[in-house]
Amino acid sequence: MKNKIENAGIPMEEKDKSTTTRKNLLKTAAAAGMMLATGCKMSMEEFLQKNFKTLTDSEKKEIITRLESEYSKKYGKKFTVSAQEPIEGTLFGYALDISRCIGCRRCVYACVNENNQSRKPQVHWIQVLQMDKEKGIDYHHSDTHYNPPKVPLEGHFYLPVACQQCRNPQCTTVCPVKATWQEIDGIVVVDYNWCIGCRNCMAACPYGARHFNWGQPSIPNEEVNPETHYLGNRPRMKGVVEKCTFCIQRARAGLYPSCVEVCPVGARKFGNLLDPESEIRYILKTKRVLILKEDLNTQPKFYYFFGV
Amino acid sequence: MKFIKFILLSIKIFLRGGKYFYLWISFLLLLILWGVTGYINQISDGLIVTSMRDSVSWGFYIGNFTFLVGVAAASIMLVIPAYIYEWKPIKEVVIFGEILAISSVIMCLLFIIADMGQPLRFWHMLPILGTMNFPSSILTWDAMVLNSYLFLNLFIVTYLLYHAFIKKEYNKSIVMPLILLSIPLAVGIHTVTAFLYNGMPARHYWNSAILTPKFIASAFCSGPAVMLILFQILRKITSFQIKDEVFWKIAELMAYAMFLNLFLTGSEIFKEYYSDTEHLIYHKYLYTGIGKHNDLVIYAWSSIIMGIAAFFLFLIPKTRTNFLTLNIGAVFIYLSVYVEKGIGLIIPAFTPDVLGQFYIYTPSWAELRVAAGIFSLGFLLFTFMVKVAIAIIFEDFNIDKLSSLTFRDIFKNIIDDKSAPKPESASRG
Amino acid sequence: MKKIILPVLFILTMTCIGICLSAADKAVEKRIPNKKTEKGREIAISPPPFSAGIFPCTECHSGMPVNYNRRALTEEHANIVFTHDEKNRWCLDCHSAGNRDFLHLASGRLVSFQESYKLCGQCHGPKLRDWEKGVHGKRSGYWNGEKKYLLCVHCHNPHSPAFNPLQPMPPPVRQENIR
Repeated sequence: MKNKIENAGIPMEEKDKSTTTRKNLLKTAAAAGMMLATGCKMSMEEFLQKNFKTLTDSEKKEIITRLESEYSKKYGKKFTVSAQEPIEGTLFGYALDISRCIGCRRCVYACVNENNQSRKPQVHWIQVLQMDKEKGIDYHHSDTHYNPPKVPLEGHFYLPVACQQCRNPQCTTVCPVKATWQEIDGIVVVDYNWCIGCRNCMAACPYGARHFNWGQPSIPNEEVNPETHYLGNRPRMKGVVEKCTFCIQRARAGLYPSCVEVCPVGARKFGNLLDPESEIRYILKTKRVLILKEDLNTQPKFYYFFGV
Repeated sequence: MKFIKFILLSIKIFLRGGKYFYLWISFLLLLILWGVTGYINQISDGLIVTSMRDSVSWGFYIGNFTFLVGVAAASIMLVIPAYIYEWKPIKEVVIFGEILAISSVIMCLLFIIADMGQPLRFWHMLPILGTMNFPSSILTWDAMVLNSYLFLNLFIVTYLLYHAFIKKEYNKSIVMPLILLSIPLAVGIHTVTAFLYNGMPARHYWNSAILTPKFIASAFCSGPAVMLILFQILRKITSFQIKDEVFWKIAELMAYAMFLNLFLTGSEIFKEYYSDTEHLIYHKYLYTGIGKHNDLVIYAWSSIIMGIAAFFLFLIPKTRTNFLTLNIGAVFIYLSVYVEKGIGLIIPAFTPDVLGQFYIYTPSWAELRVAAGIFSLGFLLFTFMVKVAIAIIFEDFNIDKLSSLTFRDIFKNIIDDKSAPKPESASRG
Repeated sequence: MKKIILPVLFILTMTCIGICLSAADKAVEKRIPNKKTEKGREIAISPPPFSAGIFPCTECHSGMPVNYNRRALTEEHANIVFTHDEKNRWCLDCHSAGNRDFLHLASGRLVSFQESYKLCGQCHGPKLRDWEKGVHGKRSGYWNGEKKYLLCVHCHNPHSPAFNPLQPMPPPVRQENIR
């Protein structure tokens, strides 16, 4: 049909234009094919994979085997992808001592290493805000790019913010496809294979805790952490949202999250809110505790406290 | 069988046209191609080709989406005056509003797809096949109402045109309820889209009850503004007929809508500035700038000034009935609402971000390309549908006349009459 | 009379931090799924951070006469910077004159260096209480099982206990530059 249009009475310059148009069209079609084949890097299996929550145990196993071999091949390391269920009787809580934090960002990079965040383009799950002691918590005068030779900088305090693991999370409510949800142990997780990348959750999160893979994530082979959880630190693809999971791969194995382990001042505390003997419950009982943006009724399980 | 003929002949009708028509089509096709190649880049590199980042995670795509929802919603509102004032047999005006609505909704859906990080996973959102998060996610509501609105309008338009085409009286008892249903649905798509933003306590800029009525009010301005101009163009270059009074009436209604829009905007500005809570910062960024960040100020004020100017132009009968001032007003309103929705709604909600950090967003070339492609596709669809509708409604094309028309005839026509043949010459000649 | 030399626990604060950090890194190495350990069991992450070759103190001090006079140390342990309520206290307020391998509480009861926190807790009672619960200072290991703790002196030089500033790790890339 296009041919006919060209051969019929269109002036010369128009004709040329149309011919280039057609050439471009062909190129486009070829490129589109390529794109589907390589750009998306999505196998049929992957494309048809169902929401993790609706999978049977055997389906999960199959997918995990596939992912393990895929990752092992890609990174040249033996990968394990766990799908460990929540430990019965746990509800994870976190507390951070604002009076101790010195803003050294050790946690930021420990998190990146443990949780396989993309190095380029850079993804950081923890953002550390430097604030004026004089002003108190004031986001609009805070700075995340501070870089003095030594921290803490005189007259400042530091507020590291990651996922607040809300009891009443807005992000999961707005997700159109149920790709993100709160587990029984209180961890809000994302099924990276189900997320459509609409970023509605990012708009809904009051803490800037959700991060998007704007480009293809990249991690050097020697730095990748091969011990992963399906809902946590397994390598992600571009175009999906990710976030802090309290190091689900560690927490469900009984371990403290990486940021807790690395903190040089011991400002980070983690434990089971249902255990009255836990550190976290002791803090709630005895310390001055605050949660961020309390008025939004998100009910975080991430508490900030003054240990002094 | 007849229906297949109808579709086939519609394509033939579409392809009738002279030099300028084909220039227009090639122009659109080129832009579409430019957009498609841009989109392919976006697919292979990811949304990193856009300027959106974690702080400003929605941008130009979603802004355009919102604006077009307004156009889609408002164009159907022509039904009301058309119906109440009975200027023309209803089908003749309604159809064009609906055609604009269809094109706009399709553009809306394309903008959503363009904004998705994983567009191939769209099926996750479908009921049964996927896991649709209904009713808690407003996005699922939006997808539902937009699609219903699309199919409803598509059905009405096709039904009316098809019946005119086969020279059969259409069944009023089928069409009228559907047209009436499309009115609340039009309000519905806009309300739901407003709720999408409005329902997020994290974004103080949106989390205001006034947002939804403001959406509707601004839509009643922008949608008709688009139609005012398109109808005049159509009247000039095709056999589309419409009385002047229709324009004037629409303009009068737009004046009221614009007043409401400005009033609501003013109320919001008063509330924010006078109460001076921490929520004010987003309005500050928009209207006065914060420190060196004053990128949107010029847009915000030109939007308001153009809105006020257009309001007076449309309010005063003398300027309303003068086509020059009428068109200036329409362009002002279009720009005013486009800036308000495309720029002023999305970006300030994310600047500064929830943790107070500034990331200054301006759309990247990739975004502009994809948007240009989508708009061109929308215009192409609109051109196609309008051409068919005009031919059937005003030029009395029908099954008998067209059965003998072959593709050869169509192109012969172009060869014979290169200087943009009047459509009449095709039908009556 | 034996010559009095302070038994020393001088550790540079940076060394302290280094230990904290390396300890944290090591803790990642083993991951036993759902480890059921005796709840509440806690072990020290490492012995008290003595300077190399300094312990046991009695190696030098046994046989030395004790000099009870408050004075600046010039011959030995001259590197100690003492800024810990220095106006009111000095060496033998904490170190046992009778047995240099031990510290002593106000009551006179001897405590080992492994239990130095008891000594600290005499003044810093609320801190000791928080520390025992795992809230002051750092716990690592298993949140539901075996935990490792650090002594006060792992992070605070007992002679000048203020926590020294650190060099921060690099700030995040500005979003404008993420391309």
